[in-house]
Amino acid sequence: MNRSNTNVAVGLFVALGLLALVFMALKVGNLVSFDSADGYRLEARFDNIGGLRVRAPVKSAGVVVGRVETIHLDRETYEAVAQLRIRPEFRFSNDTIAAIQTSGLLGEQYLSLDAGGDSRYLGDGERIVKTQSAMVLEKLIGQFLYNKAAESSGDRK
Amino acid sequence: MLDLLAGLGAFTLSVLARLGLAARFSCSVLARVFGSLRRTGLLVREIHFAGVRSLAIILVSGLFVGMVLAVQGYEVLQRFGSADALGSLVALSLVRELGPVVAALLFAGRAGSAVTAEIGLMRATEQLAAMDMMAVDPISRVVAPRFLAAVVSLPLLAVIFSSAGVIGAYLVGVELIGIDAGAFWSQMRASVDFRLDVLNGLFKALVFGVAVGLISVFEGYHAAPTAEGVSSATTRTVVISSLSVLTLDFILTVLMFRGLN
Repeated sequence: MNRSNTNVAVGLFVALGLLALVFMALKVGNLVSFDSADGYRLEARFDNIGGLRVRAPVKSAGVVVGRVETIHLDRETYEAVAQLRIRPEFRFSNDTIAAIQTSGLLGEQYLSLDAGGDSRYLGDGERIVKTQSAMVLEKLIGQFLYNKAAESSGDRK
Repeated sequence: MLDLLAGLGAFTLSVLARLGLAARFSCSVLARVFGSLRRTGLLVREIHFAGVRSLAIILVSGLFVGMVLAVQGYEVLQRFGSADALGSLVALSLVRELGPVVAALLFAGRAGSAVTAEIGLMRATEQLAAMDMMAVDPISRVVAPRFLAAVVSLPLLAVIFSSAGVIGAYLVGVELIGIDAGAFWSQMRASVDFRLDVLNGLFKALVFGVAVGLISVFEGYHAAPTAEGVSSATTRTVVISSLSVLTLDFILTVLMFRGLN
């Protein structure tokens, strides 16, 4: 094969490789759908975050509006502190409620934001005050049994 | 008893000497890599040989690996009623592991062995010695372009492999089995992160390219100058490359993905 044909073949090969990379970025990966570098930060504190993980989606009315960036434990208050990265086009009012919910019965956990009616919006680095911790199934069952027991002992009296 | 100890000692020394030789050789190749970047003609010829001619085997194997993953993955996932997650299962396994690893194994068998045989035969027919006599440095003329071609080609081949696999999985999962196409792509996109998964996979392929390239040129350059020597060097290239790719993959995976969640 002469020189220019080789060049063309190598050029095609590299172009195919780059095309595959673009395919990976646009169709398979989520490079475009959400760039984690931009957007503003919010903070939310919970008594119990359950199975919430870093990179879990933050949804409002079921639509993904951001991701959980970091999770750590406050050493003084023993609360879990979650840093959220929210896309810049979405603004949330001051009295937004952050709740940890589960998609499906056993699916992954995500953070749900329910917008309130306050006219002031949360800015970068601010804290969501109203939060609802994850529901821990064992606690729920324990509480249910306890209530049942209390009920039946109350009946006997 | 003393013989046994002497044997063990000789074996250890020979292994160490071989490792030292490989390290020195690698350094001298790496030192000449930038020089060979300027000789684009040689580099293009080697990329054509190592990359372009490996394209067929990479595309076909990628397609079939993706199709098999789709069939097997569907079989398991539908037991848990989550067949929609097939897209993310296939894409994550391809992009993170199978793409770089299988492409590197195929590359070692297809191109690495050929490079070893070629350089080994040059050594056996004293072409390398002749170059030395003419004051042409055989490492920068013969070895460095072949090494560089492996480093350039393997990441590209790995991405092409993964893409072919995803397309194969789409064909089987969506067209044949009948999973919803929207769920297939959206689940995939929700779980594959470009930087974390795609770029890490690409980096893995780059490391494998360096490893396979160095091993195949080293084995060829230091092959015994006989027909038998060349054939055993070719075998060693494939065996050592495959083992080091798998070992490196484990180490890189632990470094990249452990403690992620």
